[in-house]
Amino acid sequence: MTEILFLFSTTLMYATPLIFTGLGGVLSEKSGVINIGLEGMMTFGAFIASWVAISHGNPWLGFLAGGFGGLFLAIFHAIASIKFKGNQVVSGIAINSLGTGLAIFFCRILFDGASMTPPLDLEKKIPVFMSQYATVYIAFFVTFLIWFIFTKTALGLRIISAGEHPKAAAAAGINVSLYRYLGVLSSGFLAGLGGGSLSLAIVSNFRPTLISGQGFIALAAMIFGKWNPVGTLCACLFFGFSQALVVYIGGFEDLHISSQLLATLPYILTLIILVGFMKKTTAPSALGQ
Amino acid sequence: MRKFLISILSIVLSFLVGALVLKLSGISPLEAYSVMWEGAFSQPNYIAYIIIRSTPLILTGLSVAFAFRTGLFNIGSEGQFIIGALSAAYFGFIFHFSPWIQIPLVMILATFVASLYGGLSGYLKARFGVHEVLSTIMLNWIALYISNYAVFVEGLRRPDMETTEFIQPSTSITILPDWKVSDAGVEWLSHHPFWNSFLRPPVNAGIFIALLAVVVVWIILNKTTFGFKLKAVGFSPTASEYAGISTKLKVTQSMMIAGALSGLAGATHVMGVSKNIAALATHEGYGFDGIAVSLIGANNPIGVLFSGFFLGALKYSGQKIQSTLEAPSEVIGIMIGAIIFFVAIPKIFDFIGDFKAGKKHD
Amino acid sequence: MLALELKNISKTFGTFKANNHINLAITDGEVHAILGENGAGKSTLMKTIYGEHHPDPGGEIFLRGKKIEIDSPSHAIRMGIGMVHQHFRLVRPFTILQNVILGIEPRNFLGMIDYKKARAKAEAIALECRFDLNFDQKIESVSVGTQQRVEIFKTLYRNAEIIILDEPTAVLTPQEIKDFYVIIKNLKAQGKTIIIITHKLHEIKEIADRCTIIRKGEYIETVDVATTSEEELASKMVGRKVDLKVSKSSTVNSDEVVFKIRNINVLNVKNLPAVTDFSFDLKKGEITGLAGIDGNGQSELVEALTGLRKIQSGHVLINDQDITNLSPKAIYHKKLGAIPEDRQRVGLVMDFKVKENFVLQTIDKKPFSNYGFIINRELNRFSNELIARFDIRPTDNEIQASALSGGNQQKIILAREIVHNPDVLIAFQPTRGLDVGAIEYVHRELLKLRDAGKAILLISYELDEIINLSDRIGVIHKGHLWADLGDSAIKNNPKLKEDIGLYMAGGKPV
Repeated sequence: MTEILFLFSTTLMYATPLIFTGLGGVLSEKSGVINIGLEGMMTFGAFIASWVAISHGNPWLGFLAGGFGGLFLAIFHAIASIKFKGNQVVSGIAINSLGTGLAIFFCRILFDGASMTPPLDLEKKIPVFMSQYATVYIAFFVTFLIWFIFTKTALGLRIISAGEHPKAAAAAGINVSLYRYLGVLSSGFLAGLGGGSLSLAIVSNFRPTLISGQGFIALAAMIFGKWNPVGTLCACLFFGFSQALVVYIGGFEDLHISSQLLATLPYILTLIILVGFMKKTTAPSALGQ
Repeated sequence: MRKFLISILSIVLSFLVGALVLKLSGISPLEAYSVMWEGAFSQPNYIAYIIIRSTPLILTGLSVAFAFRTGLFNIGSEGQFIIGALSAAYFGFIFHFSPWIQIPLVMILATFVASLYGGLSGYLKARFGVHEVLSTIMLNWIALYISNYAVFVEGLRRPDMETTEFIQPSTSITILPDWKVSDAGVEWLSHHPFWNSFLRPPVNAGIFIALLAVVVVWIILNKTTFGFKLKAVGFSPTASEYAGISTKLKVTQSMMIAGALSGLAGATHVMGVSKNIAALATHEGYGFDGIAVSLIGANNPIGVLFSGFFLGALKYSGQKIQSTLEAPSEVIGIMIGAIIFFVAIPKIFDFIGDFKAGKKHD
Repeated sequence: MLALELKNISKTFGTFKANNHINLAITDGEVHAILGENGAGKSTLMKTIYGEHHPDPGGEIFLRGKKIEIDSPSHAIRMGIGMVHQHFRLVRPFTILQNVILGIEPRNFLGMIDYKKARAKAEAIALECRFDLNFDQKIESVSVGTQQRVEIFKTLYRNAEIIILDEPTAVLTPQEIKDFYVIIKNLKAQGKTIIIITHKLHEIKEIADRCTIIRKGEYIETVDVATTSEEELASKMVGRKVDLKVSKSSTVNSDEVVFKIRNINVLNVKNLPAVTDFSFDLKKGEITGLAGIDGNGQSELVEALTGLRKIQSGHVLINDQDITNLSPKAIYHKKLGAIPEDRQRVGLVMDFKVKENFVLQTIDKKPFSNYGFIINRELNRFSNELIARFDIRPTDNEIQASALSGGNQQKIILAREIVHNPDVLIAFQPTRGLDVGAIEYVHRELLKLRDAGKAILLISYELDEIINLSDRIGVIHKGHLWADLGDSAIKNNPKLKEDIGLYMAGGKPV
């Protein structure tokens, strides 16, 4: 029973950054812009969150700052993709380099040349409610919020129309660029929150290896979740579970599985899921155009 | 020509971005850039280091560029590099042939294993429609952990170290390693200060392999029916399929060749420079830098050669600002990101053109 | 009273003048046709009115006598101008209602859409203008005709008084076209002003009051439709006298069947039956037309015949050799050529040079390559030969295919396929988007091939093209061969067009 509880809570914990970031992916791609740069936005967000939390002592301020860190990078991706109609995949790759580079650069500048921030004191971390970090509940709330926007509001209808058929949206008098900017910028904000939920809750500092492909796993979760906020939530829980399983199995001393091999599990699972589901999913029609 | 100009302008802009970031953190950009310039070209051994640094970048750049020509974005160069390096370290350690057999054999095997690893992404795309960007990213991480696992396997592990055993000396492609330290060598070098300095770093034959690869890739792309078909698939999969070209096969083949080139980069690195592999905390970036090399070189083999040297120089000289000015060398990563960013939006340069034209009218 | 007046409107793209000093006067409550060839600048002009383009300085637009400037589609909508584009601007996963209200959604303080209010308004308008729409259906599940009605309805929902329709009948069946005419007459009765862009002459005769002719971006004249014949309209459009009928020699009598399709079944992308139990024969020296509405299995049929799509069951034989499910390459070398429907996406590699496009299928063969190495000299020789023989312009074999006009691009494909000397040629929409001169050229070449004893399968959505060229006509409906009309059924049938129209819609003539 305690084992199930352990798996359950570890799953939620590891799923949280993925949920924020995956939802960010949904917002960006639903509006028609591919966002490969989530990884970099997460990294930069994680660093900013950690830095602000250390310097101001307030984890919530840090968390919010992390969101704005991701948003800052998203501005560049949005301008490249929307204003200059550039190659969105290449721009995303650039954002990843920039995010990592900027995070470590400023980390060294601000923390005496160290590439990781000093650990946060317990009271500077995101508080825990009912044995879960508060960010877990926020992630679920944001999922609900985005679901609500997409299914009930004019805003959602317009974002989706911008991603499905921008010409139709434009012919209906909708400012497609505006809604795409909204989609991309909010995706950056959410990816930043995702990074913050890592560096302020799951671990207590920022380090270069913190994100390690989670931005891409979130992207895969978005595909697995069929670009739907609730579907993405479920997919992220699944990936969180795989991570929890790694921790769980790694806990058995007498089970001689190399921790290195075990670490490949989330990535292999992601691949398997992509293999199984890529063909059955339907991306927004005008994605990347 | 326009592409060439875009690359140059992107590089110029990236130096401005780098300057801005340095300035923001209280470091004089001019000082930093002059340290970099000095650190790159003021001594023969610096040049040698740049060549050594550039060798894997040219090869990974070729790898990315080759896949690009078939319409594929090979982000997996990093993982393919790791697999190539691991294979070279393994085969180079367990085989005991004479150099004439050992070197080509290890190199071919390492390249082959990496080509299978790269081909896997191509196959997943052809057969299951998995986007190569996602699959290669996952395979990069898988490669990293496999390599780290292998480093700790008893027999291959160097006792009490987080590295593998060194490869057999017969696997080395370092130029004149023994002569350099022999009496005759030391004597000769003491009279030839240029060579003395130039040969101090582990100068190796990798650069010749890279040059050969540039020529071969250029020939494949421009002179062969195979390259013709790869490019046709890259430009228009639908038209290629209609014309009887199997896009699935071409996608797989293209990724195999891309994997082979990245694997070759890993192999030359192990055989020429590192002689073994170590457990890694994270990716070293040879493959990711290959993306920048390819984009700066406009996905053209000749362009890749030059941009490979450029990036090699940038990365090598970037280290020096850390030791001299205590400026984080990550500024180089930022600059590389900026170059990629600007190359992604060629329209930004139209905008600059318009702006100038507009000024004239006013 | 003039509803809309355009004075001196020009529009330049780079160095290309799409519109050159055009004047246009639309009277209130009329149906006004804009006639011109493909590329004459009709759509550019209409996009200017709809605010999607900004005209060059110097042009003026007057709405009911008042000078206006239209910055954007939403601005045009606010001023009572609506537009139905040729390629529908509908979001496929949305319902009809969602499409109708998109951009002007009634909503509450939370930003939530008030669907009840929206539906009430939509239903009231539907009743008034006699539109029959099920607002809860998704666009992806309704017919093209319905989609068009949704598009027209959208403009009404936005209180449009002037409605522009771009090539409205291009994708409709003959029956849907009749329904469309009724809708237009209803709208006219409601007092709406209608502008129809078209290059179909009988359509103009049917519904338009006046017609403005545009040629190569220039205003030619505005005529009264009732007093102008189709022939006059045609020659004004093209700028010379045109023969609307193709002259065709009588059938080369031969009963030799070279191509047999036997009971084939093919699935579409969604794994649903697209072509069902389809059998058809092609004879030497005949053009066999296959009429049908877009989306009735034609694309899947052609893909199956050329090896791009799996044939689930049944057989295809060329010269009695079974080519069922062979690779595209193998089928090509069994002497089956094809002009694909989408020349830019499927027929050509647009970023390749002209000379490279000539050898897409044959690069592996001698003399174009040797041991896998391309022999550039041979590519140059071959391409220059074809460029001269088929009069492809410009004559430079080094430029990219994308730099050529649609007609010249089609000539590259034609040349490539003809030179390969196929026994059977499948021509799928061979004149799509071409201007009159190029259409005539393609038709002449197809007839030449027929007279040379080739078997040609002409698949087209343009019924006139099929009737003018074919010796035999089949009709495809929902993947079935719905009708097969031989020589005798075609000749001496004054109601041929109506009959085929009925077949296309899945009916039978009484």
